[in-house]
Amino acid sequence: MATLTYREAIRAALSEEIERDENVVIMGEEVAQFNGAYKVTEGMLEKYGPKRIVDTPISEAGFIGMGIGASMLGIRPVMELMFWSFYSVAFDQIVNNAANVRYMSGGQIACPIVIRGPANGGTNVGATHSHTPENVLAHHPGLKVVVPSNAADAKALMKTAIRDNDPVMFLENTLLYGIAGEVPDGDITLPFGRANIAREGKDLTIVTYGRSVLHSLAAAEKLKADKGLNIEVIDLRTIRPLDVDTVLKSVAKTHRVLIVEEQRPFCSVGSHLAATIQEEAFDELDAPILRVGTIDAPAIYAPPVEKNFQLPNPERVIAGVLKVLA
Amino acid sequence: MSKKTSVPAENAATPPSVAVPSPHAKAPANAALNAEQKIELYRKMVRIRRFEERCLPVYNQGKIGGFLHLYIGQEAVAVGACSLMGKDDHVITVYRDHGHAIAVGMDTRALMAELYGKVTGCSKGKGGSMHYFAPDLNYWGGHGIVGGQIPLGTGLAYAVKYKGLKGAAMAFMGDGAVNQGAVHEAYNLAALWDLPVLFVIENNRYSMGTSQERSSAGQLGKRAEAYDMDWYQCGGHDIYEVRATLDEALQRAREQHKPAVVEIDTYRYRGHSVADPDKTYRDRKEIEDYRNTKDPIQLFQNQLLHEKVLTEALIAEIDAAARAEAERAVEFSEASPFPTADDIQKDVYWETDQPQRTSEGRIFFNSVK
Repeated sequence: MATLTYREAIRAALSEEIERDENVVIMGEEVAQFNGAYKVTEGMLEKYGPKRIVDTPISEAGFIGMGIGASMLGIRPVMELMFWSFYSVAFDQIVNNAANVRYMSGGQIACPIVIRGPANGGTNVGATHSHTPENVLAHHPGLKVVVPSNAADAKALMKTAIRDNDPVMFLENTLLYGIAGEVPDGDITLPFGRANIAREGKDLTIVTYGRSVLHSLAAAEKLKADKGLNIEVIDLRTIRPLDVDTVLKSVAKTHRVLIVEEQRPFCSVGSHLAATIQEEAFDELDAPILRVGTIDAPAIYAPPVEKNFQLPNPERVIAGVLKVLA
Repeated sequence: MSKKTSVPAENAATPPSVAVPSPHAKAPANAALNAEQKIELYRKMVRIRRFEERCLPVYNQGKIGGFLHLYIGQEAVAVGACSLMGKDDHVITVYRDHGHAIAVGMDTRALMAELYGKVTGCSKGKGGSMHYFAPDLNYWGGHGIVGGQIPLGTGLAYAVKYKGLKGAAMAFMGDGAVNQGAVHEAYNLAALWDLPVLFVIENNRYSMGTSQERSSAGQLGKRAEAYDMDWYQCGGHDIYEVRATLDEALQRAREQHKPAVVEIDTYRYRGHSVADPDKTYRDRKEIEDYRNTKDPIQLFQNQLLHEKVLTEALIAEIDAAARAEAERAVEFSEASPFPTADDIQKDVYWETDQPQRTSEGRIFFNSVK
């Protein structure tokens, strides 16, 4: 067991996979000489050289598309988007080529690419740099979507992503990069679609993922201390595939659900979860499913307003829990 | 960087290669061909045309859905280009993809069945006319979004170079694609990283119903110069000229990892798709003039008669065989079943097509069926 930051854990996964498989290539803007805009790939150029760690021009449609094409011939590119917000520039390549090429070819082509980078608000970079497109990506069959909340999961899921033969969209978070956690030593992978019960409880289930797991856990501890409530927190880890069974089992135990997500509520991941839970566990519910998400507007710049009001935070989660329980 | 003229016309004062003999017959790529290989080139062009001509009534009977973008008139480009492919060369193209599919050797029964949407189609009825693929033949589609395939073709070249192979990718596009951003991003990456890719513009003069003059500033191929790439321009009516030009460009790509743009002047006789009435943007005379003077099959037939490779009897035999092949493709398609409702969610993920899942949880999400 080692203590690694989320950033270091991802770097460890990338490094181990580069050493394991000669077809793994890391590519993106500033990943090599600059050591990564968020230092995820720091030191990797020096260690693995320019064939494996490749700086690209600012040209997302071009290099993401190129990576998809290379993956069809067996290369395993791990493409960094400096921000997932820039996915829109490469959207055609992702949704028409990566997601569809297997289907349109009748299953003849595999596309083992990973596209990774941070997808979050909360850093006061305004509406163009704060997108959280996990719902948009998961809407496209053919893509897998991964949203780790901690260092250990990030490492294990990244290794799984690189070995996966389908295109994997790996969404990180700049506000998690510096957070340290215990990471098991060795070649540990985690299967996609296995949620983690981050906190056990009996009074209410919070279904969440990514950085919202931290807010949910903080809220749960405060609700325990202040009101003696036992809140269960489920960290989904991946959006597609989705561990519906773990969610439904928890609902059968607690009968009350709050979904916490850094998503605007309209057509969000939470919309889908709420629909699924009421479809499959209607009789288990003792209260309407509520959601705590992003306030429905483009990301506001004003720093305290974004942090305290627009995004989920422990206070908003507590308010949400109390409303479900009211 | 500059424009390359691969094979100088014998007499620059006369229009190149309209007349027999072709001034490109002695180019190394063509001089190396034996009679059998020349007949095969001719046969492939005829097979493409007869196949597509047979598609038309089937489409008009409503047996083919969606769009049907015919390649008739452009056959020498795909056949000439694909005839140069070695085992590590790859090809990718746009939705006008029937010609390339036959040129690389796909079975016309599977191609016709795909148009019918049948499970025996080359993509099991999941792709349709615009999405033919045969990775076993180094043919990577068949892509529906104008210019979207060009970064993919660049990625094929990247993979070939990464693996240390002496191969190249040919990424085809129409003249309408040259204004798409993805094309220019791919140009830059290919030139920046010395990737063995040829960007082949099949300039048939019209992006759907908009003429080149109305859509694109300047000479299309010349845009290569902005990226320090060499570029070629050649006629697409003379298969020898196509082969001579691409052979030189391919060798540079394979040996020196040099990308290039190759602009090939060609022409489509039919509308953008069969749904295009083709009455608003060009004169019938323009089509007739091209057909009468530059039809690629007629020209090559004349050339091979001149070379005494073809005989009238062989021409008739090849034509009859191509018609019969197209008919067999229709019969095969008619007799084939459609995919089932259960097939809809197959071939989506590599993982779910395997006997055992590698992930857990739910990967498909269904409403009430």
